[in-house]
Amino acid sequence: MTVGIVVFPGSNCDRDVRWALEGCLGIPTRFLWHEVRDLSGLDAVVIPGGFSYGDYLRCGAIARFAPVLEEVRQFAERGGAVLGICNGFQVLTEMGLLPGALTRNEKLHFICEPAELVVQRGACRWLQGYADGENVTFPIAHGEGRYQCEPHQLRALEEGGQVVLRYRRNPNGSVGDVAGLSNAQGNVLGLMPHPERACDSQTGGIDGRRLLASLLG
Amino acid sequence: MLDPAGEATRAAAGRLGVTGVTRLRIGKAIEVELDADDQASARAQLELLSDRLLANPVIENWNLERLEPASASPT
Repeated sequence: MTVGIVVFPGSNCDRDVRWALEGCLGIPTRFLWHEVRDLSGLDAVVIPGGFSYGDYLRCGAIARFAPVLEEVRQFAERGGAVLGICNGFQVLTEMGLLPGALTRNEKLHFICEPAELVVQRGACRWLQGYADGENVTFPIAHGEGRYQCEPHQLRALEEGGQVVLRYRRNPNGSVGDVAGLSNAQGNVLGLMPHPERACDSQTGGIDGRRLLASLLG
Repeated sequence: MLDPAGEATRAAAGRLGVTGVTRLRIGKAIEVELDADDQASARAQLELLSDRLLANPVIENWNLERLEPASASPT
């Protein structure tokens, strides 16, 4: 079991993800610099938070064209487990692996605080360690986390069980209180909150452990 | 689509005393210089660029405007 962690110029949660996986959970990881194409031997890929390419143009817009993400797209299309956290969620929407877009927070503030979430795990492989309706707390830290999509699209996502994480108190104006989305197959999860910052009991609780450990089976 | 930066700026306009602003939206202007064989080819490439990279059609609208360089001689 090895998990790849994508590293762009401007990623800043790559080492947090490594600590959560290796330090807290004992799961080996491998950093994937944005120019590499070799995903061999990986069981899952995490696209971490940060400011890929300085958030130039739009969050995630440049990252979408990184060579490593062409491979990640094929990996996801073959059913490989892909997790996008924060900027990683923005990248997944820019890539079209998840629908909609993340936009500037309603009140314009960068928000950095614990967020209470409700899990509706559906078919999402990353969330099978949680009970439906369970409340968890993950930190959020974003300026552009307001999820937007067309109303008919939101209805389809809800009916398809793809809105797998919702805010209990919507911090940023996201439609439908969306905090995290799964693809229909359940192998791709994008979320704005940071589960990797909720894995070490000394720094912010351990609610995120079951998400990152879910692939151990 | 809510544009919170535009709304904040509209509120500031009122505080400046310009009270009649009924709509203010903030976007981007991107200047591109492009080598192409002809105008049709240039437009096709710019449309691809606008739709797939420069704008995200999920949340942004775009249009193209041709600017003549001030000092360019006609060819």
